[in-house]
Parts: sequence; structure tokens; C-alpha cells
Amino acid sequence: MTIEIKPAQASCNYQELVKHDRVHTSLYTDPAIFADEMDKVFYSTWVWVGHTSEIPEPGSFKTTYIGKQPVIVARDRKMKVHVLLNRCRHRGATVCEHKKGKTASFVCPYHGWSYATDGSLRGVPHPEGYADILDKGDHPLVGLRVEEYAGMIFATFKDDIESLDSYLGPAKKWMDLFMKQGGGYPVKAGNAHRFRFPGNWKIQLENTTDAYHFPLVHKSFLSSVDQQTLDMLDFVEGAGYVEDLGNGHSVMVMIPELVDLEANLDAPIPARFEELAQQLREKHSEEEVRRIVRAVGGSGFNLNIFPNIACSMAFFRVLQPIAVDQTEIHHVVLTMDGGPEEANRARLRMHEHFQGPMGFGTPDDSEAWERVQKGASAGQDLWILLNRGLPKEVETEDGRRSDVSAETGMRAAYQQWKKLMTA
Amino acid sequence: MNTNLITQVSAFIWQEADMLDHGEFQSWLEQWTADGLYIIPIDPLETDFLNTLNYAYDNHAMREKRVYRLGSGESISTVPTARTIRTTSRFRILEDSADRVTVRCAQNLCEFKKETIRHYSADVTFELVKVGDSFKIDRKIIRLINADDALQGIAYIL
Ligand code: FES
Ligand SMILES: [Fe+2]
Repeated sequence: MTIEIKPAQASCNYQELVKHDRVHTSLYTDPAIFADEMDKVFYSTWVWVGHTSEIPEPGSFKTTYIGKQPVIVARDRKMKVHVLLNRCRHRGATVCEHKKGKTASFVCPYHGWSYATDGSLRGVPHPEGYADILDKGDHPLVGLRVEEYAGMIFATFKDDIESLDSYLGPAKKWMDLFMKQGGGYPVKAGNAHRFRFPGNWKIQLENTTDAYHFPLVHKSFLSSVDQQTLDMLDFVEGAGYVEDLGNGHSVMVMIPELVDLEANLDAPIPARFEELAQQLREKHSEEEVRRIVRAVGGSGFNLNIFPNIACSMAFFRVLQPIAVDQTEIHHVVLTMDGGPEEANRARLRMHEHFQGPMGFGTPDDSEAWERVQKGASAGQDLWILLNRGLPKEVETEDGRRSDVSAETGMRAAYQQWKKLMTA
Repeated sequence: MNTNLITQVSAFIWQEADMLDHGEFQSWLEQWTADGLYIIPIDPLETDFLNTLNYAYDNHAMREKRVYRLGSGESISTVPTARTIRTTSRFRILEDSADRVTVRCAQNLCEFKKETIRHYSADVTFELVKVGDSFKIDRKIIRLINADDALQGIAYIL
């Protein structure tokens, strides 16, 4: 048997594989490209690792991944946030296997080296074996560069790339708008629906700014909601838009009335929230009730932040590449921290209704993406079309804009992808 | 040990399992009390389902919608329909009063859909209300042993 091994570089002329209006199908299917992406995308730019509410106190931590590398996001005793490679400096074991928690130190289970929550190496059992050849100061858990905006924590392996602030650019104002769904309370990131689908991570990246699929793929969800919600979600031919925000980020505004959740507080309360409003009136002023009720259903837009996080209407969508044809997604529920129980319950129930492996939306998305991966194995030299909405696309102050079902956001992401992959 | 009661509840739970495996959803919907809740938590140790995120937290209206969705042909993840065979066993009565009984059992479910067999094990707790010589389901809580892992789409009623 002969196996044809394609040299990675031969298949990876990224200039050729990404055009302004389409990308080559090998971006979904070539394992060599996937390996290269880990290095040139995930280990070379800002990657989202958590929300500040997930690690609220000194010693709070969560574990996650940047690309394929396990990391710990920890708050030290002085409340400073560290992103540490989850790898013991002795012989490599992970030092923490909990998804989240609170601790004074991370102790490696293999030989017991212990590290403080800022990563510094504190204790080495039986140190006499090292005499003076081991300097603890030289062996902390490896810490990455960490910056935050609007409670969103990002990390990078690179010390020489631009600041997070400059990387996010015009996306920042959308992050601020998104956080208004706290309804006057801080946004709290809670538990997540975690699921995997057999497909490339970029298929899901595209989907966050894909209004085009909504009425078709989510028909069964639309059949399960009231008329007002149905009208609100009938946005494909509406006044919404997609805007390229630079650096691969983009926003898809589906419901323009719900861009600013603090505006139009005197608009009528939708019938589906009337009961909630009535409950809230027992303890809250009319103004608070209106702010909470307006925020409870989330924002009217999806903000895609390249490469792995989206602020999507009422939740965070976290994307984790596993293999060229395997991706893990987390849909993180958001609640109002310290806010009224009734409102938070409404948010939880809405999240359950659409998201997750048993939601009325996610399984159908997942099926569609799986079909893309399967179909993408057909043909030798076929392309993924991304030209929808090009004719109406116009320049804006922040980038480029077209109608709500345009593929403008996907084009933005692939241009950034190309920039990183050819850097 | 009240083997009489175990026989009674296991017969009821087996019937419910058979309805789900054979798509008798209208009969399944009628097995419930008016306020009955069908719950699949994410954390197997969770007890406050109302104030936490679940995979499913269905009241009657949501159960009806779930059933409608499965049969509507509007959802690509339910076409083709997954075939399921579930086995319930290891029944244990946790509480028994004049009008209610709480029973816990093991459920092993095998799913087949599009070239793939999947397997889900769960602890299932039923809170049953005694009605005549049978029961209505007031709570059904399905604790998957891998509930806090990443799952794949589950396009049927667990
Ligand atoms: S590998 Fe961690 S202490 Fe040895
Ligand atoms: Fe979708």
C-alpha cells in the first residue's frame, strides 16, 4: 500500500486559498492547515480565555485551552489575573484538572511541586536532591500576556503584538453595548452548554454572522415561539446589517431596536414579558422594571471577535478547535449578577429553549455544520462561496457594511485569517 | 422491602420507556401531572434546577413543543429520526407516602442515527403521584453520568 503524503507547504499557499469572495475547501479539511493555524492564529493573536465574573475572588480559577494548549486562568491573592500554562515545570504534568474552583496553590500530583496562584514555584519536596542546581525563581508556571476589556479576559503568547485595546478597535463599543444586558447589574457568566460537532472550527466561526440560515435551520424553533417573538426574529429582509469591524471582528445586527438596551425604556413591554414585569414591580421601581425587562432577552446583535469568542444576543459562544474536523462549542449562559431571581430564571429558560444538545436550535445548527464538513470532502478543487451581499456593500467609518444576511462578517474573518497565516 | 410497590412502579416506568422508544408521544404527554417537570441537569449533583442552567427544564407546554418538534419535519437534526432502545433497572424506592412515591433507577439508552451508535447512562429519579392503581409523573430528573462533559446533539426525548 502506498500512502500519498502531501508536504504541508505545497497545500498551503494561503494567498491563493483565500480570495476576497471565497475560500478554498481545504481550509476545512487539510490537517496540515489545521496544525499551522494553531501556531499562526491561536498562538499568535489575542485569544479569549474567560470573563471576570468566572474568577470573582482571590484564588478563583478556571481551566481552558488556547488552541490545543491547556491553560489556567487564575486570580492571585492581590486580585491580579494570570493566564498560566497548565504544565508542571518539573516533568510536564498538568497541575490542575478542575474546570473551576478556588485554591491557595496548584500542586502537581506527580512529585508534588507546588505553585502559587500567580504561577510562582513555592515548594519542591525533598529539595536536597537538587543541592544548589535548582533555582525556584527560574521555574514558575509559564505566564502569558493578559489584558482585559469590558470584563472579557484575553491572553496571548506574543509580547510584541499590539495591545488588546487596539486589537479590538471598533469592537469595543459593541462589547460595551452587549454588557448592558446586565439590566443595571454586572453581567455574570454562568454554566455552559458544551457540545462537540464533527466539523472544522471556522464553520462555526462563520455561523455567528450568518443570518441567512436562520429561518430555514431554525424553523422548528420559530414554530415554538409566540407571534411577537416570531415577528422580531423575522430579520432576514429587515433593516439589520453586518459590519466588518477590522482585525477579523464583525457585528451582525438582527434587531436594530435592541442594539442599545438602555434606550427606548418607555417602549411597550412585549406580551411575553408582561408577567415578569408584574413580578418585578413588587420590589422595583417602574424604571428599573423597564430596564431589566428590556435587557432580559439579550441584545439584538451578534458580535464576532476573532478567533474564538462571540457575544451572541444573550450568551457567549466560545469556540475551541480540537482537530481539523472536530470542534467544541460552549454556549455560556449570562445572568444579572445580584439581579432579580425572576429575571435570571427567564434568562436561564430562554437559554435552555434554544441552546445546548437538547435545545430547539443548537442540534439543528450542529447538524448543518456536520453536513458542511461531510460535503466538503467531495470534489478536488471546489470553493466555499462567501460573496453574498457584496453588491450592496459600502465603506463605513469602522470598515465595510452590507445587509443583515450578507457574508461580510465571514469575509472579514477570512481576511484576518489570511493576514495571520501569511505573516 | 415493599416488593409490591417496586413491581407497580417498575411496570409504570417500563411502560413509559416503551412509549418513548416507540414514538407514542401523545400517550407519553398524558402520563404527567399538570405541573410535572422533565429535567436534565448539567451538574449531576445539582438540586436547585429552577435557578441553574439545565439541558432541559420542561413544563407541560415545553414537553408539547418538544414532541411537536420531533414529528414536524422542520428540524434537520430529527431527520432521520434517531432510533432508541432504553433499558431501566435497579429500581429503589426512596420515599413512599399515602399519595406519592419517589423512585430512583438506572437507565441505559442506546441511540442509533446515521451510521453511529451512541450510549447514554443515567440515574433517573421519578417523583410519582399515586392516581387510582397507577401513577402520574410529577418530576422526572435524568442525571447523565457524563452530563458535565461536552455532548453531541440529542435529537429525541431522553
Ligand atoms: S511532573 Fe510535576 S512534580 Fe514532577
Ligand atoms: Fe443557527
